[in-house]
Amino acid sequence: MKKVWKGIVILFVLLFLYLPILLLAVYSFTDATQIGAIRGFSLHNYVTLFTTPELRDMIVGTILLAFSSAVIATILGTAGAIGSFYSGKRMSSAISTMNQVPVVNADVVTGFSICILLVVVFGISKDSFVPLIVGHVTLCAPFVFLSVIPKLKQMDSSIYEAALDLGATPAVALRKIVLPQIMPGVISGFALAVTLSLDDYFVATYTKPATFDTISTYVVNATKGSQTTIKTALWALSTVIFLVVILVVVLMNLKAKTETSERAEV
Amino acid sequence: MGKISFSRKSLGIPYTLFLVLFVVAPLLVLIYYAFTNGQGQFTFANLVGFFTNPNTLGTLFYSVAVAATTTAVCLLLAYPTAYILAKSKLKAKSVIVMTFIMPMWINFSLRITALKEILTLIEGNLAYYPFLNAVIGMTYDFLPFMILPIYNTIVKLDESLLEAARDLGANETEAFLKVTLPLSVPGIVSGIAMVFLPAMTNYVVLDMLYNSTYIMGSLIGGYFAAYNWNGGSMIALILLAIICLFTLLTRGAEEENSRGGALL
Repeated sequence: MKKVWKGIVILFVLLFLYLPILLLAVYSFTDATQIGAIRGFSLHNYVTLFTTPELRDMIVGTILLAFSSAVIATILGTAGAIGSFYSGKRMSSAISTMNQVPVVNADVVTGFSICILLVVVFGISKDSFVPLIVGHVTLCAPFVFLSVIPKLKQMDSSIYEAALDLGATPAVALRKIVLPQIMPGVISGFALAVTLSLDDYFVATYTKPATFDTISTYVVNATKGSQTTIKTALWALSTVIFLVVILVVVLMNLKAKTETSERAEV
Repeated sequence: MGKISFSRKSLGIPYTLFLVLFVVAPLLVLIYYAFTNGQGQFTFANLVGFFTNPNTLGTLFYSVAVAATTTAVCLLLAYPTAYILAKSKLKAKSVIVMTFIMPMWINFSLRITALKEILTLIEGNLAYYPFLNAVIGMTYDFLPFMILPIYNTIVKLDESLLEAARDLGANETEAFLKVTLPLSVPGIVSGIAMVFLPAMTNYVVLDMLYNSTYIMGSLIGGYFAAYNWNGGSMIALILLAIICLFTLLTRGAEEENSRGGALL
């Protein structure tokens, strides 16, 4: 009896999380403009998705924005983490406190405040993409910082000192000793930055050029409009993203498995 | 040695400048705008206006109600799920846990689109149930953020504590209430922090579900659309005050870096 209850809870939550996405995926392969209507098989949503320039630009733009802000955020955040880790107590706690602000803050407030500072006070045009990039870096860099710091703490500091004793300059020791040891944190920070940027709506709305759209801002505007071809093409987009996410998760699991089995062999 | 530590420390300079310029300065500007009017004169009108206008006060209470209900529903769904997952002896546990986290990686606006379609099918007209739909939408969006931190604390629990409780005569229920539940509080607190605040501010979820009710975030959106920086700044400041209060209340009880941990 107890087992049955457990099964029901798990099934209910899974159904709640996945039913909408799966239904949308099924209907993306039909002519239907509404869920519930029974229509024939069709790929026209996928054709629209990949041939409409507007949709293509928006997808490419979102990805470019995510990767460029993630690269900047990763460089800034990693350097910041190393600097803060080797600074005095007061300095490093000041940096961590400032770093914590965008983490706990509501994205609406982050986006709005950056818009006011850069656009209203400094008069920087949104069309320059500067407010948007700054906004996304502000959103992402703190998470890079937070994923690098634990790796620095776990690091064996005597190796760095040994490298210096053996004649390495601090810069070389940093590159050859510190960086490889914190690399897992840097990589997960980068991945986190990409995810955050891809999912962001609020910072982008308040800072983006009027003619530029990310997936989030585009989808939100499209649901308000009545263009059904665009609406159903977005179902196809949702399905494509769902499949990409599954693929990434499967690959990550496979990689984790081979790594653990390699370790087990050693 | 002095020169060496200088070179490592100096790596932090760009990021420190960045934080001062784009985290601290925007907050100061926010405070300035919140306490001035359109002509740049100092005023309490924005603050007083917020707390004397029945509409904005109503919005504050409404968003607290939406956020509190969402948090409660998330907790009720997430705790049993996380508990069952953490205690299960299945081999492919990590894969199953991943299944519950995966939706977070799909763009939220697309997920809400999917939810909107299915809710329209069930309810017909979405406008009839604004509060219910707001809670369903927020729960759908944020549930994984509640499951993961709770799962992480329960899975790290020391089994021997439970064994000790049983040896000392506690039955299953007592052991759960006196050992597992109190020790999973950090996960619960992180989960609450990650659901409550976004549920007060993520007004796009409501917009997308054709919801004409307002939450705190919608007010900022409204002022932004009207180029009223002063009014918007005051709302942002009030939200910041709520966030600060929340952070102070939950200080120390939280799992570290919960938002980042939940995403990766």
